[in-house]
Amino acid sequence: MTAPRTPANRASADRLGRLLNLVPYLLARPGIAVAEAAADHGVSERQLREDLELLWVCGLPGYGPGDLIDMALDGDRVTITYDAGIDRPLRLNPDEALALVVALRMLAETPGIGARDAIERALAKIENAAGDQAGAPVEVRLPANAERLDAIRAAVERGRALQLTYYTAARDETTQRVVDPMRVLMVGGRGYLEAWCRRADATRLFRVDRIDAFTELDEPAAPPVEAVPHDVSDGVFHPTADLPLVTVRVGRGSRWITEYYPCEDVRRDGDEWVVTMRVTDLGWAQRLLLGLGPDVTVVGPAELVDRIRAQAATALDQYAAPASTLRTPQ
Amino acid sequence: MSRTRTERLVNLVICLLSTRRFLTAAQIAATVPGYEHDPEDPRDHEAFQRKFERDKAELRDLGVPLETGTPSAFDAEPGYRIGHREYALPDVLLEPDEAAAVGIAARLWQHAGLAAAASSGLAKLRAAGVEVDPQATLGVEPVVTVDPAFGPLTSAARARRAVSFAYRTPEGDAPATRRLEPWGVVCWQGRWYVVGHDRERRATRCFRLSRIVGNVRATGPEHAFTPPEKVDLISHVARWSGPVEHTGRGTVLVRPGRAAGLRRWAVEALPGPDGDQLTIPYSDVDRLAGTLVGYGADVLVQAPLELREAVIQQLKEVVARHEPLAVGT
Repeated sequence: MTAPRTPANRASADRLGRLLNLVPYLLARPGIAVAEAAADHGVSERQLREDLELLWVCGLPGYGPGDLIDMALDGDRVTITYDAGIDRPLRLNPDEALALVVALRMLAETPGIGARDAIERALAKIENAAGDQAGAPVEVRLPANAERLDAIRAAVERGRALQLTYYTAARDETTQRVVDPMRVLMVGGRGYLEAWCRRADATRLFRVDRIDAFTELDEPAAPPVEAVPHDVSDGVFHPTADLPLVTVRVGRGSRWITEYYPCEDVRRDGDEWVVTMRVTDLGWAQRLLLGLGPDVTVVGPAELVDRIRAQAATALDQYAAPASTLRTPQ
Repeated sequence: MSRTRTERLVNLVICLLSTRRFLTAAQIAATVPGYEHDPEDPRDHEAFQRKFERDKAELRDLGVPLETGTPSAFDAEPGYRIGHREYALPDVLLEPDEAAAVGIAARLWQHAGLAAAASSGLAKLRAAGVEVDPQATLGVEPVVTVDPAFGPLTSAARARRAVSFAYRTPEGDAPATRRLEPWGVVCWQGRWYVVGHDRERRATRCFRLSRIVGNVRATGPEHAFTPPEKVDLISHVARWSGPVEHTGRGTVLVRPGRAAGLRRWAVEALPGPDGDQLTIPYSDVDRLAGTLVGYGADVLVQAPLELREAVIQQLKEVVARHEPLAVGT
């Protein structure tokens, strides 16, 4: 990334780059609609017309007719008739080369993706075009559980509703449900199926590694109009204020949970840390926190503390009994 | 930048692209509109020189390869030109499926800076005649996020400049300053790492980008180090998280209809009068014990003895840590 700049500087530097790019862009597309050229450059039609006006008075030393950039504006369409020597776009700069090359490497590494061959060919050509800038010091390796993801993607592409056998970690249960697939995603190294869940009557993200089995149904996938994809740009789990708040004291050895699970607050207290996090389900919190190890103490809510103590005490009683067997719950 | 400055810069590019000879600042001032000044007036001349310096910096910032050379044997002053070969993006002939892949790749970035770089790169490819279908999909959409340290670390690795940053591990109390010669950045299992030579530890080290606190500072000159030849960055990160062999077998009794998560790992499940007997593969006794303790009274370990004892020990600790407080004292 280049040094930080003020937004105004950035905008005008962007404009210079766009102007230099616009000439070869238009040259390659005689008679293109102004609106289309504007959309391809991410600016308004009005801005693009202002750009064209500016280019019109630029040209070669001499600056007479025949030296200046010339174009024919026919209503909504434009054709460059003289390019004054800007007949090619500028080379990719290091940031552009990095952004494209790394994104293509990501695509090529994404398990279950189609057209891998086209991605590899495109990557080779972009690296070649980037020349010296191609050696992006970035390597990518994503998990290789490609088979299941591949099967799910193929099923989604066939456009059928799916019957899933799905394990829900929050409630520790495996359920059957019929879903209308919407898309397959990779977020943070994990595969997800996003679908309309007919059981929950809502859009859900299903972790591919927790789909234990699936069958394609004999009916088309038909997500209703209210099925809106999640915004996953900053992760998959967005705790809301209505979820229960759990507070635990952790020692050094278990502080990793603050990095692994989103926390509301982490506060130092003597040799320990007081961690507050929102959880979707207290049962899930119980399973996680019971088994974390000797330097974790649950502080609240009181209901969770009681449950954890009661569970552990009952489990110990079972081991103490001579027959050592599971007791019938009271 | 005003309209007149933008116009002047476009004209400067056209002028320097059209010349094979190096042009001196005076020659450029005489031909490019916007540089008119009186060279005899020291203040006017100085203002021109400042303007010209700013413009050159602006073009170099944009990536325009401005060459400096001697115009002729009679000129002591430096001259400037832009070589067309160095300026122009080489021919990129992409098949439709390749162009679609590039278009999809350019949309992956969630990070504003990289997203902008990807789309301006894509605009250059379009200007080279590549047609990109904005509707194309590949069946799986990777959502790519990066940590703030990504930009400064990749820049430093490219320039081979040393960096320093504050680094906090979950086990550490306060962030510690680390000094690194960064060889490159790695995405492994969805997380970002930087690999390089740690100047204080005098050894190869990996750092997780999400644990870097505050800014990454590049220090010292460019080309300050040379990464080892054919270095495999991934292997340095992957070394710590290779596949684990699950050779141990634990036998547990599970209450009917409970502990669904445990049942998914079982290699064998036998229903019985006292519950279902599961066989669970494992590599680390204490780790499996932790998972089993999580299921509380729904699970009872039968064998092996070391697993059973580990579970009992952990349960005792849980009870001790969660004793009810004495009330009313």
